[in-house]
Amino acid sequence: MIPEALTHTWPWYVAGPIIGLFVPILIVAGDKRLGISGNLRHLCSALLPARIDYLRYDWRSTGGWSLIFAIGIALGGWIGVNLLGTHEIAISAATRSALAALGLHDFSGLVPRELIGWRALLTVRGFVSVVVGGFLVGFGTAYAGGCTSGHAISGLSNFQRNSLFAVIGFFAGGLIATYFILPYLIG
Amino acid sequence: MPLAYLLLGTLFGVTLTKSEVISWFRIQEMFRFQSFHMYGIIGSAIAVAAVSRLILKRPQKETLCGEPAASDDDEVTGRGYRFWIGGTIFGLGWALTGACPGPLFALIGGGVTVMLIAVASALAGTWMYGYLRSRLPH
Repeated sequence: MIPEALTHTWPWYVAGPIIGLFVPILIVAGDKRLGISGNLRHLCSALLPARIDYLRYDWRSTGGWSLIFAIGIALGGWIGVNLLGTHEIAISAATRSALAALGLHDFSGLVPRELIGWRALLTVRGFVSVVVGGFLVGFGTAYAGGCTSGHAISGLSNFQRNSLFAVIGFFAGGLIATYFILPYLIG
Repeated sequence: MPLAYLLLGTLFGVTLTKSEVISWFRIQEMFRFQSFHMYGIIGSAIAVAAVSRLILKRPQKETLCGEPAASDDDEVTGRGYRFWIGGTIFGLGWALTGACPGPLFALIGGGVTVMLIAVASALAGTWMYGYLRSRLPH
């Protein structure tokens, strides 16, 4: 049987160090930099490079390994949910009541079904959460040159000043969305 | 070697999933400063990565983020506006979708298949950045 420690929520002091170890592992394995958002660029380059300089490069040689890594992430998501059990996300009571006050009722899934799901996609809040949010993720990470893994973990661990600026931006944007957009979106 | 990256990605995905970093709820908890969970994960990940790099004694000269594909981006580091503006735009999207790029892939595998639409939309966003790049402040 699978040990309970694996099926329960992995604590931060287990998950964080594992994630951090990917930086040296990828350096040693192939002199690669941890960064997931680059895959969006590689996929654009593969699918529709048009005449855009930014997308005209050899995506196979620069991004092949990274796209395979991303397929692995999806596989890991499947294993995590289907083989290692799933349960309600045990968020803090304060967050739960704040979200309930905004108008969320269903806390049973990995994500709130009222916002994120095929059915919700046809509602304004569902469309903004998935389609507008996704667009901003793609545009913002490309503009900033990295996401949480590339700037926060890989960049900050290498003491990159620009990554610090980017991470401050991540939080500024996240706080604006949380306090000034979500209340109107959910409510 | 491709198999190694597949296995590494799988372990990364399992870790993101089981630590619930891929959950919209956890992201909200973080942006509302109501739990240490996400800060503990990101903070300890940075600490472990930083110490490992010092041990490896191979500080990476390549600046920026970690993507090899971003190498030519070093030329457009510019005055640094891109980090502030691009970072803030990404942050807005991060809180709205409740997922950054890694978790988007993990969620699709984990059964939240509507995130295929989020990825498609993110591709449109990345493409639009490429299209507008020469006109944006960097």
